[in-house]
Amino acid sequence: MVKLKVDGKEIEVPDHFTLLQACEEAGAEVPRFCFHERLSVAGNCRMCLIEVKGGPPKPAASCAMGVRDVRGGPNGELPEVFTNTPMVKKAREGVMEFLLINHPLDCPICDQGGECDLQDQAMAFGMDASRYTENKRAVEDKYIGPLVKTVMNRCIHCTRCVRFTTEVGGISELGLIGRGEDAEITTYLEQAMTSELQGNVVDLCPVGALTSRPFAFTARPWELGKTESVDVMDAVGSAIRVDTRGREVMRIMPRVNELVNEEWISDKTRFIWDGLKTQRLDRPYVRRDGRLQPATWAEAFGAIKSAVSATTGARIGAIAGDVASVEEMYALKELLKSLGSENIDCRQDGSKLDPSLGRSSYIFNPTIAGIEDADALLLIGSNPRFEAAVMNARIRKRWRRGNFPIGVIGEAGELRYSYDYLGAGPDTLNELVGGSHAFVEKLRNAKKPMIVVGPGALSREDGASVLAAAASLASAVGAVSADWNGFGVLHTAASRVGGLDLGFVPGANGANAVTMLKSMDVLFLLGADEMEFSARHAKTIVYIGSHGDAGAHHADVILPGAAYTEKSGTWVNLEGRVQMGNRAGFAPGEAREEWAIIRALSDVLGKKLPFDSLSALRAKLYAAYPHFNALDEIAAGSADDIATLSKKPVSMSKSGFASPIKDFYLTNPIARSSAVMAECSALARNNFQAAAE
Amino acid sequence: MSVRRLAEDQFQPTAFAFTADNSAWAEATIRKYPEGRQQSAVIPLLMRAQEQDGWVTRAAIEFVAQKLDMAFIRVLEVATFYTQFQLKPIGTKAHIQVCGTTPCMLRGSEDLMDVCKRKIHAQPLHPNASGTLSWEEVECQGACVNAPMVMIFKDAYEDLTPERLEEIIDAFDAGKGAEVKTGPQVDRHTSAPVGGPITLLDEIKPVRTNLDVKPDAPGEADKTNP
Repeated sequence: MVKLKVDGKEIEVPDHFTLLQACEEAGAEVPRFCFHERLSVAGNCRMCLIEVKGGPPKPAASCAMGVRDVRGGPNGELPEVFTNTPMVKKAREGVMEFLLINHPLDCPICDQGGECDLQDQAMAFGMDASRYTENKRAVEDKYIGPLVKTVMNRCIHCTRCVRFTTEVGGISELGLIGRGEDAEITTYLEQAMTSELQGNVVDLCPVGALTSRPFAFTARPWELGKTESVDVMDAVGSAIRVDTRGREVMRIMPRVNELVNEEWISDKTRFIWDGLKTQRLDRPYVRRDGRLQPATWAEAFGAIKSAVSATTGARIGAIAGDVASVEEMYALKELLKSLGSENIDCRQDGSKLDPSLGRSSYIFNPTIAGIEDADALLLIGSNPRFEAAVMNARIRKRWRRGNFPIGVIGEAGELRYSYDYLGAGPDTLNELVGGSHAFVEKLRNAKKPMIVVGPGALSREDGASVLAAAASLASAVGAVSADWNGFGVLHTAASRVGGLDLGFVPGANGANAVTMLKSMDVLFLLGADEMEFSARHAKTIVYIGSHGDAGAHHADVILPGAAYTEKSGTWVNLEGRVQMGNRAGFAPGEAREEWAIIRALSDVLGKKLPFDSLSALRAKLYAAYPHFNALDEIAAGSADDIATLSKKPVSMSKSGFASPIKDFYLTNPIARSSAVMAECSALARNNFQAAAE
Repeated sequence: MSVRRLAEDQFQPTAFAFTADNSAWAEATIRKYPEGRQQSAVIPLLMRAQEQDGWVTRAAIEFVAQKLDMAFIRVLEVATFYTQFQLKPIGTKAHIQVCGTTPCMLRGSEDLMDVCKRKIHAQPLHPNASGTLSWEEVECQGACVNAPMVMIFKDAYEDLTPERLEEIIDAFDAGKGAEVKTGPQVDRHTSAPVGGPITLLDEIKPVRTNLDVKPDAPGEADKTNP
């Protein structure tokens, strides 16, 4: 710890702090453009100049000077810095005047207007007028992909975007070419960026040089309603803010959540919103004469009632999809129970996770923040870059610190960090379990090794065996101990952990998702679209969901539901963290929240569920599953579960692990309805070769 | 200075590779740097690529990037930052770099540039019609005593007059550049005075040791130093 005085106020800060952070700690505001807490220090905007007592008689860039670099007085006085002296004021005014020399004052047509650092800081720290009368420089706009729009005249060369893509994104895509006045930010030969996190440069850009292309010229930030929520595009559960105008979602922004997403979100999370407006199911449909035709709620319920009453409970099933909330799954589970059915499944991908094995057998035990404490990593059948893009940034963050051996069993892909490729499938895993593989030494030598099992390993016939083998490896290398549980399952679906927590899996005599699709008389699909519908033999399919996708096309009755921005719901992320999303707007047309649909249907079917409101539902839910009541908390799994799991017999096939995510941009019905995601997907399929505009 | 971009596609060769000699030299250069720091060799390698091809081609940038395990954009940043990397084709027989910094300007470098404009191209960095010659204005080359000067390849041609520059340009154009005397183009040795030495002309017998000094008569010192 270092003691120093900021504006006469004595504070004590850690050794590694910069003067800027020390000033912030002391409550003094220091303007900055290039400095960012999560990026390396560049020190090139010069906006953070402060006065250092006893230093050279000139302002010092506080972002690039450590607190230990400041000397105290000759008689043991504390080092002293000032942020409010005339020298600092003049320095800031000077820097701001220089920045504005080549900045077009086109705020009225700039999308950054209203949330622009340059605008705010020019007001707070700048002069009232410019002395510059020459021509301003003009810079050609660059094509850097379909998501980020560039207006390069506005660029102030802070290089945050360059540092982000290189350091966090893990791929050097953006660069600053040229020099001096002619410096320009661009990708190599104006190729499209390929990072799954590229949207974050829009937030990082302190001016309007990089803005969101889909959001361009649609709304002003101050006219948007802002609703804090959580993301359901993957199982990470990133904290998001949904910006709405009226009932229309205009954009999605990240929120800071140090434990989950820091302040990054993936492109799928950020640019999904146009999919919320297209392909929506806004009224019930019933299949008559082989065609889906609009119907009233009463007609739709009537059709379901006649189908249900014509069969028995054992021939009725329900499958929950990837974005379902805990509440609606709970309601559906209770309905199926009252109908006498044990055929429920929330694992439409066919993964072999089993909640009866204990919570730690299906959550990501080390936690996302815990990745930074780990010192070795083994990925089994997982490609976190596509399966959990934001978490992959956290793995990269840990990898950049060094001393972090990473092994991969499965497909060898570009992960944005280097790794040892160990093998394709179970054979390699067996070698590791048997201790005959060299990598096992690295895991053994690590104090906190992490074993991550991904969907590529679990959604296969021998998934349970792979899980058991991974657990026995985890036990063997000491990944599970009293203070560290390094065994983690990586999920891709936001609903999965919540569903497993609820026990939304087949009962003792129940059928699993694949069997249900083949054989049930009545099958409820709660937003379940990612299945092989060509194998469908179920007689009557009732689709409850928000988008007209594969599930709706094969449905006989469609009950229109609300998308994740249109309802209050609980989702459990892959760590097992219970998070609640909030309603930012209402569902279109006659669509209703799913729990309410299920409740109304239960009445028609004569099995009225015992709740009339969401809060009543939650009261029942919390009574049955108390951990859902602890928002933002993780109910930790027991290490004994891993030990038990590791003793299970293992019999694995020979085939290699393959990630189920074939296209990062099109993993759920909302994404498949999004034109922006379709464009990204087409670009990715074409290996990012697009003609420059 | 101006915006520097890679040459248009029609000028870009499809591939680049070092010659055998350059390749061996490149390997030796890369070995100068510690393991994992091989990208430190980016400037020498780009310069050697430019010496080989005459200018830095896109293929050369990508070749160097792959050689040093760098992202293309990182090498492009370096290539566009330093103006000594020529990103567009220049004269094949000579690229004349006319120093335009103050001492040379005071001694008539603007006249030299007029010659270049007349004989080569009105614009700097544009090859002449036959593609053999080009010119540009550069900053100080460190030969201010012999101003004005031009640099062609790695040789300086100093104490120039417009007429002498014309002769030099013609000689290079005719392929006889190697025959042109480098250094001062007037009667002087490096930066010594024109026409030979003007000071220290007397023969001086250097005093090597105090043994060379004749011993003075005793007592004289006492007289001078009372």
